[in-house]
Amino acid sequence: MAKILVIAEHDGATLNPSTAKCVACAAQIEDADISVAVLGSDTGAVAAQAADLSSVARVVTIDNERNDPAIAAVLAPQIVALANGYSHVFGPSTAFGKDLMPRVAALMGVNQISDIMSVEGSHAFKRPIYAGNAIVTVNAPADHPVVATVRTASYQAAEGGNSAAVESADVDVEMPSHTRFVELQTGSSDRPDLQSAARVVSGGRALASEENFELIYKLADAIGAGVGSSRAAVDAGYVPPETQVGQTGQIIAPDLYIAIGISGAIQHVTGIKDAGTIVAINKDEEAPIFEIADIGLVGDLFAIVPELTEALG
Amino acid sequence: MDKILVGLKRAVDYNVRIQVKSDGSGVETDGVKMSINPFDEIALEEALRIRERGEASEVIVVSIGSSESQQQLRTGLAMGADRAILVESGDVPDTLSIARVFKELVDRESAELVILGKQAIDDDNSQAGQMLAAIWERPQATFASEVVLDGDKARVTREVDSGLETLEIDLPAVITVDLRLNEPRYVKLPDIMKAKKKPLETIAIGDLGIEAGPRLEETAFEPPAGRQKGIMVDDVAGLVAAIKDKGLV
Ligand SMILES: Cc1cc2nc3c(=O)[nH]c(=O)nc-3n(C[C@H](O)[C@H](O)[C@H](O)COP(=O)(O)OP(=O)(O)OC[C@H]3O[C@@H](n4cnc5c(N)ncnc54)[C@H](O)[C@@H]3O)c2cc1C
Repeated sequence: MAKILVIAEHDGATLNPSTAKCVACAAQIEDADISVAVLGSDTGAVAAQAADLSSVARVVTIDNERNDPAIAAVLAPQIVALANGYSHVFGPSTAFGKDLMPRVAALMGVNQISDIMSVEGSHAFKRPIYAGNAIVTVNAPADHPVVATVRTASYQAAEGGNSAAVESADVDVEMPSHTRFVELQTGSSDRPDLQSAARVVSGGRALASEENFELIYKLADAIGAGVGSSRAAVDAGYVPPETQVGQTGQIIAPDLYIAIGISGAIQHVTGIKDAGTIVAINKDEEAPIFEIADIGLVGDLFAIVPELTEALG
Repeated sequence: MDKILVGLKRAVDYNVRIQVKSDGSGVETDGVKMSINPFDEIALEEALRIRERGEASEVIVVSIGSSESQQQLRTGLAMGADRAILVESGDVPDTLSIARVFKELVDRESAELVILGKQAIDDDNSQAGQMLAAIWERPQATFASEVVLDGDKARVTREVDSGLETLEIDLPAVITVDLRLNEPRYVKLPDIMKAKKKPLETIAIGDLGIEAGPRLEETAFEPPAGRQKGIMVDDVAGLVAAIKDKGLV
């Protein structure tokens, strides 16, 4: 049997959808017995959401003021204590999981597998390297626990309808005070976030200004989409960094992705390889984005996008 | 602060479209342009700026790998690092071993800050900094887009999925850097000449007495599944029809 501990990502009130995707990945391992660990200061609501996920056998909670907001150096020793007896410890390959899981792995004295995209066996996994331009199969040693992050874009969230037991755990570990949370600045937006949005509209350098990005926002709002961007657009200050899609931004898998004025650099494209349908609008018919687009339209975005917004609104 | 350590990984240049070898044994790196991992250049630039502001006295660049990594270290010296250490290793060690090598060098040098790239663009692991911070039992501030030092503390703004998070950390610490932290300087010819005279120490990894981590075995390499060729439409009406046809709006 594989005893798998999935580390929940949450904001204190809501379970992040990345957790349901980690659970879906864990459930692919034969004979998986899945526990979800929720670390927070008042975990009740989040634990209930985790207990609802199918394939979850139990939810283990640790309530401690120090766990809110989450700091990797504070969470890691508690997770190591919880992980005793588990064969696998999984977290999402979101900023939260990427920050936390290598710290957990090192404390456990093992290497980490980053970005699992498919399960080939209890100790064999596929993962992307070189911005997704190659896929490698990795075998982990069977005599050590497997610590890994899950490439959430590769999995459909586990369904609800379960009612797993919730247990609270006590761990006696030292928590460092050398790292302190100061603040979190989030763009206030009612649009769906990139990880869970079914539709995403992204703009690139071609938008040429923050003001022009209104075109992207209007189209996104007309179809209830999240807003993404290329690195060039973020670097130029047209949009905030959390909108960046790609190798070093967010890896997403919406049903519909509309890339507007984005050339399709490999670093960008790797972030949308699992999108259902990719639409590209670009004035250059040679733009590499058309090599991966399902539907392409060559033309000037400043003419096309308002017309499209009108037609879809 | 006295010393800052910066990691420079030799990696396939970001402009190269890599190919998987036809026998699936790896990725073709023969005759391919190699460079400093772009994130590591940003790490070095940040360290140099800290030193130039008088907040540190020495910047040491470190590479772990084959003797060819000397090229990247020389580039780092030309950018302005004071000296370089090559930890020579036949094959690329596992990440936990890399973290252990850095820990060893941190102890030898009594470094107070280690700045690394947030990930290497070859293996895309994003692990070394966090692992080093774990075994050093020190703070980690990953994915940094702003670093402000204040005596024995630092305020680091991090790019996270929901926005920008700011942490305050005590030094010594590990910082891993994101793309928007700074723009690395260009190397000028006279600096390349000067860099040749700067010290570059070579240490065999075996001499550091590092215990290797339980190794992950890479058994097969393959190209990614391609996407099917799509269609081109002529105008907005065609686009709307195609999107509606798929039931996407
Ligand atoms: C280490 C590293 C990591 C990176 N990570 C990422 C990442 O995570 N995400 C990412 O996106 N990039 C990333 N990049 C950058 C990437 O290489 C590209 O530079 C970037 O994606 C280009 O953005 P763009 O497509 O908006 O701009 P450009 O490449 O400049 O493309 C603009 C496009 O707009 C089109 N255009 C111009 N005007 C119009 C118009 N009026 N109407 C229609 N089309 C028009 C042009 O034909 C062109 O194709 C990374 C690079 C490095 C080195």
